[in-house]
Amino acid sequence: MKDMTGIKEIISPENLAYKKSEILTDEIMHYCPGCGHSTAHRILAEIIEEEGIQQDTIGVSPVGCSVFLYNYLNIDWQEAAHGRAPAVATAIKRLLPEKFVFTYQGDGDLAAIGTAETIHACNRGENFLIIFVNNGIYGMTGGQMAPTTLPGMKSSTSPFGRDVRTMGNPLKMTDIVATLPGTYYVTRQSVHNPSNVKKTKRAMRKAFQYQKLNKGTCFIEIVSNCPSGWKMTPVQSNKWMEENMFPFYPLGDLKVPEEQPVQQPKSE
Amino acid sequence: MEKELRLMKGNEAVAEAAIRAGADGYFGYPITPQSEIIEYLMEANPYETTGMVVLQAESEVAAINMVYGGAGCGKKVMTTSSSPGISLKQEGITYIAGAELPCLIVNVVRGGPGLGTIQPAQSDYFQAVKGGGHGDYHLIVLAPASVQEMADFVDLGFELAFRYRNPVMMLSDGAIGQMMEKVWLSPPKERSRTVPDWATTGKPPTRERNIITSLELDPNRQEIFNEKLVVKYNEIKEKEVRFEEFQCADAEYLFVAYGTSARVCQKAVELARNQGIKAGLLRPITLFPYPSKQLNKLADQVRLMLSVEMSAGQMVEDVMLSVNGKVPVYHYGRMGGMIPTPDEVVENLKERIKGGR
Repeated sequence: MKDMTGIKEIISPENLAYKKSEILTDEIMHYCPGCGHSTAHRILAEIIEEEGIQQDTIGVSPVGCSVFLYNYLNIDWQEAAHGRAPAVATAIKRLLPEKFVFTYQGDGDLAAIGTAETIHACNRGENFLIIFVNNGIYGMTGGQMAPTTLPGMKSSTSPFGRDVRTMGNPLKMTDIVATLPGTYYVTRQSVHNPSNVKKTKRAMRKAFQYQKLNKGTCFIEIVSNCPSGWKMTPVQSNKWMEENMFPFYPLGDLKVPEEQPVQQPKSE
Repeated sequence: MEKELRLMKGNEAVAEAAIRAGADGYFGYPITPQSEIIEYLMEANPYETTGMVVLQAESEVAAINMVYGGAGCGKKVMTTSSSPGISLKQEGITYIAGAELPCLIVNVVRGGPGLGTIQPAQSDYFQAVKGGGHGDYHLIVLAPASVQEMADFVDLGFELAFRYRNPVMMLSDGAIGQMMEKVWLSPPKERSRTVPDWATTGKPPTRERNIITSLELDPNRQEIFNEKLVVKYNEIKEKEVRFEEFQCADAEYLFVAYGTSARVCQKAVELARNQGIKAGLLRPITLFPYPSKQLNKLADQVRLMLSVEMSAGQMVEDVMLSVNGKVPVYHYGRMGGMIPTPDEVVENLKERIKGGR
């Protein structure tokens, strides 16, 4: 056994490099090992805590792997029907315009069954944030083809690879919403390594701050992995994502407002 | 302030009554024969006066999910549509029932199935009363028979919806929605500033977070929730039955009809009595809960009952269940947008009396 003397000095506040956000509950997350959802949740929790907006934030969770998101963040939540989160969020924000409202949706939820709700909320310029986690597969239901599944990519409903001649092409929803006048800030990020976690956190902070300006919809895509659905180890899945997903869904800003947020982003 | 007398369509009366009831939000999508509701609201622009949000959604599906979101914030919200649009809303309606949210849904019924017709019908009785969406749930269903009731049931609908945290449906039809009658409008109410303790308005440090959901994977807990709903529905059945009787005291033959058909039957009662036939009418005002006890009581008095509906025979099943074989129960209906005349209703009653089917 190691000598435990002096442990209090080691965990003193000035040595603290990382701590669990107060906004995260003690509920054990149900995600598979290596999944990006938990990292995205943590970033979201940190932003809500750091911006001091727990009292003023209402989240809308989707149907999909993150269906139980409301168990993990200690804020008010509404659980939407599959794909309908942007319609639910529209009414929340219209009726409570002073509050911060966001949806958190997967690719099946946002880009298949909820395409109409997503595009029309963005087109009306509804003043909330849409967080779109794209892992190119239906994770929760067991790895079926998603609207974002890459050409040739195998899934349980495209066992020989996605044949675009019969199964259609992957849909780049983020590129579509960036063309709409209603969107204010549109960006594509990832959370698979520390530098990208920092970039995503910066984007998310900006998006919450932009919401105070009442200028339109903010849209953050997070290209993520699905080790279980892709049948890979977490490390393999991240490598595969870099080599295959990022060329098709390139990271970076698609639409950046000229106006800067009211508050400058805090240093990360 | 006193009530105000106006000449209005039923649809316009719903819109004006919503503003006056202090509604917080209306979310809709145009469909005949009820588009006057959203048109009236857009023109009235209540956002500038009461702060009521009026939004034309991209679909009926989006509109009902907006209602879910607004109701989850504890707000008085509503949507209106007609039959095909109400079918599209069914997913949202069962989620609203499952999350126990209050709201008002108005169906200005037209004939079906499918795209059907734009003319009035009562063929959505099963959908409104027996489910419509999936799962074990009930709506509270109010059936107006006049423009006045289309106005009055907005306020009553919201009151019941909030009392029971349950969606309320006003089941009207294209005739009442489109016709003009005089209507006494209640003085405007202020929008409520009280926030229900379950509403999602942002979590203050003083309470636990509020979660609006209808999801429960543990079958034991889901069953407990289902049982809780059953208790609520039983309470509604006990306390909220509403009906109107017309010349029932000495009736030997009973019409049972709601909405437009009830107006036709009221005239049919007069015509029958002129011919020496002692007819009466029971008009259910609530279709869920159904006035079963009253019908069962009347079954001890009358010789037969005739359910008159603009459908192939839907409510007649509830009449049969109510009387449980005590008296013969028949159905007379017109479909496809046709409205029966009082004369043909009386003729049908006379045939039933003679014993012919």
